[in-house]
This record gives sequence, C-alpha cells and structure tokens, in this order.
Amino acid sequence: MKKKSNPAELAAIAKQMRREVIEMITEAKSGHPGGSLSATEILVTLFMDVLRHDPANPKWKDRDRFILSKGHCCPILYAVMAECGYCPKDQLNTLRKLGSIYQGHPDVRFLPALEASTGSLGEGLSLGLGMALAAKLDKSPARAYVVLGDGEIQEGQVWESAMFGAMHHVDNIVAIVDHNKIQLDGFVADIMAVEPLAEKWRSFGWHVMDIDGHDIPTLQKAFAEAAETKGKPTCIIAETIKGKGVSFMENNPKFHGMAPTKDECALALKELA
Amino acid sequence: MPAKTKYELKPGPATRESFGKALVELGTANPAVVVLDADLSKSTYTAEFGKQFPERFFECGIAEANMVAIGAGLAASGKIPFVSSFSAFVMNKGFEQLRVTAAFPNVNLKAVGTHSGISIGEDGPSQMSIEDLSLACSLAGFVVLSPADDVAMTKLVHAAAKYFGPLFIRAGRAKCPVIYGADQKFEIGKAIELVEGTDVTLIATGLLVAEAIRAADILEAEGISARVIDFHTIKPLDRDAIAKAAKETGAIVVAEEHLVDSGLGVRIAQVVAETHPAIMEFIGIHNTYAESGSPDELLDKYGFRASNVAAAARRAVARKKK
Repeated sequence: MKKKSNPAELAAIAKQMRREVIEMITEAKSGHPGGSLSATEILVTLFMDVLRHDPANPKWKDRDRFILSKGHCCPILYAVMAECGYCPKDQLNTLRKLGSIYQGHPDVRFLPALEASTGSLGEGLSLGLGMALAAKLDKSPARAYVVLGDGEIQEGQVWESAMFGAMHHVDNIVAIVDHNKIQLDGFVADIMAVEPLAEKWRSFGWHVMDIDGHDIPTLQKAFAEAAETKGKPTCIIAETIKGKGVSFMENNPKFHGMAPTKDECALALKELA
Repeated sequence: MPAKTKYELKPGPATRESFGKALVELGTANPAVVVLDADLSKSTYTAEFGKQFPERFFECGIAEANMVAIGAGLAASGKIPFVSSFSAFVMNKGFEQLRVTAAFPNVNLKAVGTHSGISIGEDGPSQMSIEDLSLACSLAGFVVLSPADDVAMTKLVHAAAKYFGPLFIRAGRAKCPVIYGADQKFEIGKAIELVEGTDVTLIATGLLVAEAIRAADILEAEGISARVIDFHTIKPLDRDAIAKAAKETGAIVVAEEHLVDSGLGVRIAQVVAETHPAIMEFIGIHNTYAESGSPDELLDKYGFRASNVAAAARRAVARKKK
C-alpha cells in the first residue's frame, strides 16, 4: 500500500475516522467509543504509514501483522481497515448487526483480513509473539504490532507474554499500550493501579518509550525507533485521552462502553467537523 | 487362563514417550512443525524434539495460557504447533486460550496433555487430569484423541499433523500394554473393533482399552461374548460403531479414566439415545478427586481393572434379560 506520511494529512484522516466511529456506534446503539477515540492516531499512523501491508493481497506472507488486543475498540480498527480498502466503507453502519462483517468484537470468520479474533482481554500479545516467531523462523521481515489497553494489562497473561518476549529476544514485535487511564468500572488507578507502567515494562526487559499517543510525528518517530531496536522487544506507552476529540466524552468513564444518543452523536460530529 | 483374544498385551512404553518419539519423526519430516512446552519437557517427552530442533522448540516457562496463545499465533502464520504440558495444566490453565485463540478462529493448533487420569500415581490429584476430555470436547470444532498404546499414539500424532484444525491429544504417564501391530491403520473418527462379540460391547479409551480386552477374556470363560471397541477418537464420535453395537449387542459398557459424568460415556449415551436403545453401564471416576499412591494401587482402588469392567458387563447383560 502506498504510504501516507504527512502528519497533517494523517491528522485529517484521524478526524474522519473519529466521525465514522461515532456514527457506527450510534447506529449500533452499543459499543465502545472511548477507547476507539483514544487509539485513533495510533491506528491511523500504523495503517497509513508504518505497516508493510497490501489490502489487495491481505494474506501476503511477508506482511506486518496488526492485532487489536483490546478487541472491544474494533470500531476504529474497522474504520481504518475500510479506509485502507480491506473492507467496504458503506457497510460500517452494520456494526454489531446480524450477519455483519463488522462483529461486536473482531472475528476472523466474518472478516478474514483481520489477523486475530480478539475480545477476551490479555491474549493479543501472546498471539503477536507467535506471529513474530513464525516470521523469524521463515526469515521474513514481517513485524507484529499489538495494541493493548491499560486496563487490559491487569490480565496476568500479559506479563507471561512480556517475560517471554524479552527472554526469547523477540525484537520484531511492538506492544503499544493505549494509556487512556479509564476502564469499564472507572479510573484504572481506582480499579487496579498499573503504575509505574514504563518501569514495569522496562524491568521485564523491554525497550520502552513513553510518548504522546495523539501526536502523529511523535508516534512516527517511536515506531521508527522500535524498528531499529535489536535484541529486545519494544513497548510504546502511548499517553492518550479516553474519548479524545469529543468534549463530553473526554476522560468520561461513562463512554467506555456506551453508545452516544442521536443528539450526542450530532453534537460530537459538530465538534469533529 | 489362556487368552481367547489374539492380544498378548506385552508391556510397552507410556503414551507420553510415544508422543515424544513421534514428535521427533514429525520434526524431521515437516519443517512447519514447532513445539512449545511449559517447563515439563522432560516429563512430556518433548525435550528430545527440543534437543534435535532447538530453533523450533520454544520453552515458555510455567505459563500455560501464554504458551497456548503463542501456539495459536504460530498456527495463524502457517506453522503446525504442538503445545504440551500435563493435561491438567495445558487444558485447565490454557482452556480460555484454547477457546478464544484456537477453537473460535479454527487455527491449526495441536494441544497435547500428558499425565492424564489417575494412573500418574504418587503426585496426587492436583496433577491428575480427570476432566480434560470433557473440556476438550466442549471446544467447538476441536478433534479429541485418546490413544491406547504406542502404535496408536505414534500413528495418531502423525494423523494430527496432517489434519488441519485445532486438536487435543490425551497422553498418559503409566506404561501401557501393547495392543496394536505396527501395520494397524488409524483414521481420526473411526473406532477400531478389537474383539468380536454379541452379548455386550465394551467401549474403552486410553489405558482402559487393555483392561477391556482382558475383561472380554474373563467374560468369554463365563460364556458371555463381549465385543471390544477402542474409541481413540472421542470427538468426532464414530456414530456408526455405536449404533451398530447398540443394535447388535443391546448392552454397552463404557470405560475411561475420567470423570464419569462428563467424558466418553455420556457422549456415547447421547448417540445411543439418538440411534438405538441399549442398556448402559459406566466405569470412571465418580464425583471425587483421587489421591497419592502407586498407579496400580490407584487403579485397583478406583475400580479401573478388567474385573471391574467385567462386573459392569455382567450387570448390563443381567439388566438386558429383565
């Protein structure tokens, strides 16, 4: 796929993706807007600029793999994949409806261009490690990118996989923690604190960058640094705002897993005009 | 007592050893085969594969959930991964990952659980898997295998690698008598009739197959003609073999080293109910956990001997006559 690297152009796409996320979830009457909006720049930068992939040939052997471990935030994944041409844009509003390719959580049976069916938290990094190991065995340049939630890393399996990645020097994987500080029941710090996040990953043997997850040039720089990091896996802690871009959703735990009303949707789209 | 059956049942290796040996053969034959273990490779016998193919062997440490999902990732990228641990650990601790990362997307992952049943002996119930068949069968789309001896395990490991899709193999720690000749053919989903019989059918799996053969000898001496069938495939079930046994013998005993309320027996009973009525009796673990002891002591105490299978067959035959 022809890469788009101009930050202004990517920012414009990000804004468009946010509008599509709001529309999809409003139409579905359920879903998870907050974490889709916090991860928008991460996914846009990856799919438009960083990943080596070919939407016309989704099973290309040497493609980079992307896994949305926090599968509930699939609206942003679907929007970005549709933008790339993997799947039809005009069906985005069938999200969560019977027979839709856009299932409530990513489901490879319905959308084979996905790399993994996710939704049960804590599993994506292990899957990504398996794909990264396979690439190494095949002497393929393919890399794996896994986006995790900051609440998700409360799952013990994440730390099993963190140990494995460092122990086996899996340097062709990048974990991106969408650090939006909110999970379903409230603020991460109140539910089960995960700080100090960067120190945790560092102590598990990962190369760690703690960056602004909404700043596209910073994200581009971080992914470039990850690609150059040899001998150990990279974790990017992306500092983000839950619900980013819609004033009444920002930092509001209510919009972790609640669809906006029609009125709220109209208001949100106005802010994202 | 001279054996009526053709089976000498000479001592053979444990199915875990046969599994390890077959893995090495696979490793030589197919570069896509990779093996993952969780700090038990000396006990699961995957260590030899690791020694011969170090670049294709991944030690995961004591972290079964991660091991299973890494295996699923490797499978999604075209490898044929065998993830292995004690059955109690790979199945129970990896169950969620087997469900969401292997069964649900239908990836080509092979899970192998050794140390199944109570015949592991002294280590006791925390290490004994008596629910693995039940859990494996509850994974939609999984194939579930439970080989009875060295030949069965070897051939079914090769069949598992050829088959595309998620699959579970149950292996044991105890040495098993040799049942099959080296030329025996195995087909996933096709049960093998070992002894012909007309009064009652003894259906068994794993270590209990040899006991069922011995039970058929005991019954023959009493004038009861017992058919013996090895169900090496627990899922998908050979429905034809079950219906035929129900119709032709009218009485079925199912013997398995597993909880009696959720294993092969209840699955057979379901097919019997759907096809042809028959009297049924069940040999298994009854709503409890076992204990430490030698394998032989445990098999005696918990009723997994040929004498127990024969007694159940007598009960079934008597009920049939009522």
